[in-house]
Order: sequence, then structure tokens, then C-alpha cells
Amino acid sequence: MTAELAAFPRVTGFLPVQYAICLKGIVWREGLRFLHQRERFVAALVRPLVWLFIFAAGFRQVLGVSIIPPYETYILYEVYITPGLMLLIQLFNGMQSSLSMVYDREMGNMRTLLVSPMPRWFLLSSKLVAGMAVSLPQVYTFLAIAWFWEIEAPPFGYIAVLPALVLSGLMLGALGMLMSSVSKQLENFAGAMNFVIFPMFFASSALYPLWRVREASPLLYYVCKLNPFTHAVELVRFALYCQINWISLAVVAGCTALFMVGAILAYNPSRGFLARRGEPGGGT
Amino acid sequence: MMKCTADPPVGLGADSRLALSASFTTARLYAVQHGHIRIFGRDVGHASSEALRMVGVVFQQRTLDLDLSVIQNLTYHAALHGIGKHDGCARAGDVLARIALSDRTNDKVRNLSGGQMRRVEIARALLHRPRLLVLDEPTVGLDIKSRADIVGYVRRLVVEDGVSVLWATHLIDEVSDDDDVIVLHQGRVLGHGSVSRILEAADAQDIRTAFTRLTQGADAAIEAP
Repeated sequence: MTAELAAFPRVTGFLPVQYAICLKGIVWREGLRFLHQRERFVAALVRPLVWLFIFAAGFRQVLGVSIIPPYETYILYEVYITPGLMLLIQLFNGMQSSLSMVYDREMGNMRTLLVSPMPRWFLLSSKLVAGMAVSLPQVYTFLAIAWFWEIEAPPFGYIAVLPALVLSGLMLGALGMLMSSVSKQLENFAGAMNFVIFPMFFASSALYPLWRVREASPLLYYVCKLNPFTHAVELVRFALYCQINWISLAVVAGCTALFMVGAILAYNPSRGFLARRGEPGGGT
Repeated sequence: MMKCTADPPVGLGADSRLALSASFTTARLYAVQHGHIRIFGRDVGHASSEALRMVGVVFQQRTLDLDLSVIQNLTYHAALHGIGKHDGCARAGDVLARIALSDRTNDKVRNLSGGQMRRVEIARALLHRPRLLVLDEPTVGLDIKSRADIVGYVRRLVVEDGVSVLWATHLIDEVSDDDDVIVLHQGRVLGHGSVSRILEAADAQDIRTAFTRLTQGADAAIEAP
């Protein structure tokens, strides 16, 4: 054994350029996969557009929205729900890529990923960045269609919203990854829809301003206030109008860090939930 | 503990959970419950990065991205090892030539046959130039010619490049007389050594009989405590 060790000099650590190559490779592959799944892109766009064209049009007369920041004038209901729908795209995207990552046919790809000698935290973070990156063109395509529907933000808002989308995309991706590693109930997408996507989306400021919720139910108001999705929506809403909502920024940044650390720990075999869950999904 | 020499050790297991490549991924995904897996002295649990640099794994389950081309699958794997696109493409061209798949470089993996996919997976496992190649039942479900091609290719690697190979299989005819063999059954090592030594221990004429005798003996011992 000693002779064998001497024969192979220790190679430890990686150069920054190697980390960059690895990250680029993971993002590039996620992008290619996305390009090959046109149905996924169409589905991701149709979902918010149905809300925008049908739901919002129908409710335009029912829900009056008073002037609340960041808006400086009376706005149409369609304008109000646009940021929430942008986040809906990211929410679905995050859940989809993370949930499928562990339990679906991607199991094989997860194996290839984890036999890379790069540190696990780096591989999982890269995977999150890749999932988030894929959500961006979807959101911007939605914004472009909404623009033709006369939902126009200030021109600089389209640039200012980018960092907000990056952060919210990471938060939702990390949440999906965390959930997929800690809970057996969320193995299928229907479960995620019922227990995560719908409650998060409806108990937030995506569809109605919180002051209206407060009038209806103070309890629901506090639930909405505590929902990180509310803060992601508000962060994006303010950014789209070239403003920063500091509280939302702090909450989203904090939740992103928390979910990411949680997801990485949950994937750690010596400490994580996976260690107690027995055999990997997809067999030996 | 797994110790490797330049000869190809062949793991004959009746229990697929024992296929070492499976426990190998398990070690990365899940804590190893008992014992250690060491690759050239580096513990997969503690020095996983060092250990993983030295090993190439071919899983029993297909792990190629069917929608991507052969070269895209290979450069993705290279990137996971920190190998850039230029170097990755050069290495990919090199390994594809060796497995006689150069003409399929830009084809989608979906359009390859089962045997060709397996060869691409072996090529992929070799891209980062590992010292040890772990294959978990790589020939399962393939036709006779594809199987022979893959066995022949891997044996050439051992001879020409000095790569150590750990080959887990149920298919006894893949064992040749000068192989180093580990017989695994129900979580226990029933025999370890050269084929002649295994034959001697089992008092058998051929490896198939030896395997049957060893495993039946072990089963009888378990049933009659």
C-alpha cells in the first residue's frame, strides 16, 4: 500500500479556472436540455399567460387596486399580477428541475454529477445556478408578450429586475432541492403542486395586495407576510419599477442562504436526511 | 477495503447490491454503514475528491443524456472534472477513435444501439484518465457481439494503458484464466485470488462449477446454523 501511495503523488484542490469550467459545463448542459424540451418551455409560458389573459381580465372589474408602492398611479389588475406571474414561472421551474433531479429519470444524471471530484457543495450550487439560469429566458419571454398586452415597466426596470430574478430563482430552486431531499411525500409533482406551489402562490401578494388580505383575514395576512414567496414577489415588483424593497431583499437573501445550506447538508451522506432514507431511488 | 493491482480483478456476485460500483456511488450519496472504501489508499468518504479523480465509473443503469450528442455528453463529463472544452474535445476524439465510434461523434445518443451506448459510457469514464475503471455489470442486456467487443476493449485497456479494472458481473464466461477474481455472495467474500486458486479451493474443474459450489456451500451453511 505504501508503495502504491508513493507511486501516485497527491493531487488536491482545484484551480479557480477548473471551478469555472465545471460551472459553465453544468449550466450549458441544463441550457441544452431546456432547448430540447420545447413542450416544457411552452407549458411554462402558457401557465402565466392563462392567468394574465383570462384570470386577470375577468377580475379586472372585481378587484380595484389602489395606489400602493412601487406604483405611482392607478394600475390595471393585469399590471399588478405580472410580477407574481413572473415568480410563478420561477416557482414551477425551481420545483421541476429540483424534484426531477433526484427522483425522476435524472437519477442517472445525478450519479454522473456526483462522481465528479469537485466538492459536493459546489456541484449542487452549480446545479441551482443552472436551474435559475434556465428560468430567466422564460421570464423575459413572458415579459415580452406582456409588453404587447400593454403591460409596460420603465425601460431600465427590465435590466434592474435581473438581479432580483437571479436571487428569487436561486431561492426557489434551493427550496425545491431541500424539499426533494427531506420529504418522501414530495416525490411526485402532484404532491408538490398541492402542498407547496399552490399554498405558496395563493398565500402571497402575487394575486392581491396584502392590505386587502388584511381586511378579509388578519391571520391570513400574517401567513402571507411570513411567506418567502411574498417577499420574492415584492422584490421583483419593486425592481421592475427601479426601486429596492430592502426588507424583501433581506428576507429573500436570507432564505436563499438558509435553503441552500439546508439543501447541501441534506445531501451530505454523513449528516443528511438521505442517510436515514435507505436505498437511493432508482435502485442500486 | 478494495485493493487494486494492474491485473483485472473480476467480482462475481450473485447479489447485485454488492457490486462495488454501487457501493461506490452509495458512498458518495450515502454514508457507508460498515467499513471503508479506499481507492489507492484514499478513502472515498474522507478524501472523496482525491479518490474520485483516480476512478472512472460505468454504472449498470444508463446515465447518458439521450437528447445530447455523443460529443456533448463527453465534454459535459470533462467539464465536471474541470477539463476545458478544447482539451475535452481532443480527449473525446482520442477515446472515441479507440472504441471505433469516431463516425458517431455528432449523433444523438438516442440513435445509438445499446452496445454503442455502453462503449460511449466507457469512453466517458476514461476521459479524465483514471487509474481505476469500475464497471457494474456493463454487458447486461447486450447481444453476443457487443459483449465480446466491450470485454475485448476493456482487456486491451488493461494491457496497453495499465488501467486497473474492477468488473462486476454475473456472466461467468467473461472470466478468463489469468484474471484475479473475488467471489461475492450475500455480502460475503467467498473466494479471492487467481482463477486457479479459486478452482483449487472449490475443488472444481472450471470457474462456473467453482462458483456454484462456493455459493451453494455458503447457502447451506446459512440454512443449517
